[in-house]
Amino acid sequence: MPFDPAIEFDKATVRFHRRPALDEVSLRVGRGEFVGIIGPNGAGKTTLLRAVNGLVRLWSGGVVVLGLEPHNGAGHEVRKRVGYLPQAPQIDSRVPLNVGETVLAGRWGRLGWLRRPGRADREAVERALVAVGAKHLADRPVGKLSGGEYQRVALARVLAQEPDVFLFDEPTAGIDPQAQLELLDLIRRVHAEREVTSLYVTHHIRLEDGHAALPDCCTRVLMMRHGRIWRDGSREDLADETLLRGLYHCCSEAGPLGARHGNGGF
Amino acid sequence: MDWIVDQFMQNALLAGLFSGVACSLAGVFVVTMHLSFLGVCIAHAALAGALMGEWLEFNPIIGALGFSIGAAGLVGPLADKGDLSPDSSIGIVFSLMLGLSLLFLGLIPGSRAEALDLFWGSILTVTRADVAALAVTAGALVALVIVFFKEIQAVVCHRHVALAVGIPAGIVFYGMLVGTGITIAVSLRSVGGLVIFSLIINPAAAAFQLTYSLKRMFLISAVLGVFSCWAGLAASYFWDLRTGACIAIVSSCVFALAAAVSPKRRLA
Repeated sequence: MPFDPAIEFDKATVRFHRRPALDEVSLRVGRGEFVGIIGPNGAGKTTLLRAVNGLVRLWSGGVVVLGLEPHNGAGHEVRKRVGYLPQAPQIDSRVPLNVGETVLAGRWGRLGWLRRPGRADREAVERALVAVGAKHLADRPVGKLSGGEYQRVALARVLAQEPDVFLFDEPTAGIDPQAQLELLDLIRRVHAEREVTSLYVTHHIRLEDGHAALPDCCTRVLMMRHGRIWRDGSREDLADETLLRGLYHCCSEAGPLGARHGNGGF
Repeated sequence: MDWIVDQFMQNALLAGLFSGVACSLAGVFVVTMHLSFLGVCIAHAALAGALMGEWLEFNPIIGALGFSIGAAGLVGPLADKGDLSPDSSIGIVFSLMLGLSLLFLGLIPGSRAEALDLFWGSILTVTRADVAALAVTAGALVALVIVFFKEIQAVVCHRHVALAVGIPAGIVFYGMLVGTGITIAVSLRSVGGLVIFSLIINPAAAAFQLTYSLKRMFLISAVLGVFSCWAGLAASYFWDLRTGACIAIVSSCVFALAAAVSPKRRLA
């Protein structure tokens, strides 16, 4: 069966203030793959995700997502089909928006200008809220959610979007350990049920309680350093202590390897 | 109630109705995006443009429109793409507009009574044409809010999400800034350049205290905006006070009252 790429990078370079944040990255991700991306701060992980949905400007090279070029006039089209879940932001507790409206926002891009949400959109919102176990929160102001609840709702928003590609950018950062585990389990279930292509960025390879920071369904891992893909391989092949220490240049107990809980794997 | 049948008072009441609605709706954009100072900045830009019109003897509203839209178009990219924070870029444009206002005021030859009216507003002397312009502006703004509510909601409440789900958030953002600029420019003669931002910010900030629903926030803001205008107008009429000052003080009191009874404050 021929390789069917959902995402292709061809020597893609992104520069911020003339410094390369992504340096001639070439990459192919097949449809249905779940790829983990790990590396130290400033390695270019988030920039790589933002290059997928066209939220950063390419300096050179090319990116093709679902057959479209997000940096060549198809940015909005790509973003309608790519769900992006960043880490929990600081939300103003008084913001005039409830959970149902937040999840419904996932439908706006597909709906387009001048069209109001119909029954199908509201049903998609309800299905998404049920899927993440947050239906009871539907009428709650979004500013009144805990970090873990907010991330569940954000995942529901991405699900309501019914995307073909998921981008997860350190979604478990800043939420408590129990909520982290629940969110990882939800992501695993979503990936299994929807068979979408997923990229999952994480700085820490282990959670605070020692659990792997990447969901079980992640089979391929990219290690990034200095804006480049340093290693690309299976999870088993790259779960090597020497490689990880080389990646992070560190051996701090509180570092991303989670040495307190035993390192050398993720 | 004889005063209500006077032509000038009817014009003033209508001007208060339409500028109250338009300014308070525009206020919801800037208050919800935490860009209240942007309203102040655009108001001063409109004032500078109108004073340039007085100096060069063309319609001050045309000058106000040009400057306020220009300021909105300048601040947005500066805040978005520059190395400056939105606060700094708005502050820089604000100081430029304040300087230009004072410069143009100094250059106006002869009597400056009309120019000073632009500072304080003169709602009691607005004409039917002014009222018609305000009505068109308020009507257009209401229509835009209804038609593009979902896009506006996405952008004012979480712009990064709006962009990520495929909404052209930049177009919506600049559209709101330009709408705010036009509203301020058209309302300048009736409300006045120095107090118009109180009508932009106070009713919307009061509504922000009272609800978690953006739809209700627009509605409450509009009601409070019209109330501030009419109560300020009445106070000015009966006690012979500056109308613009009365509107600013009433709208500030409305905000203080809303903050005092805010359910958000009790739950915080």
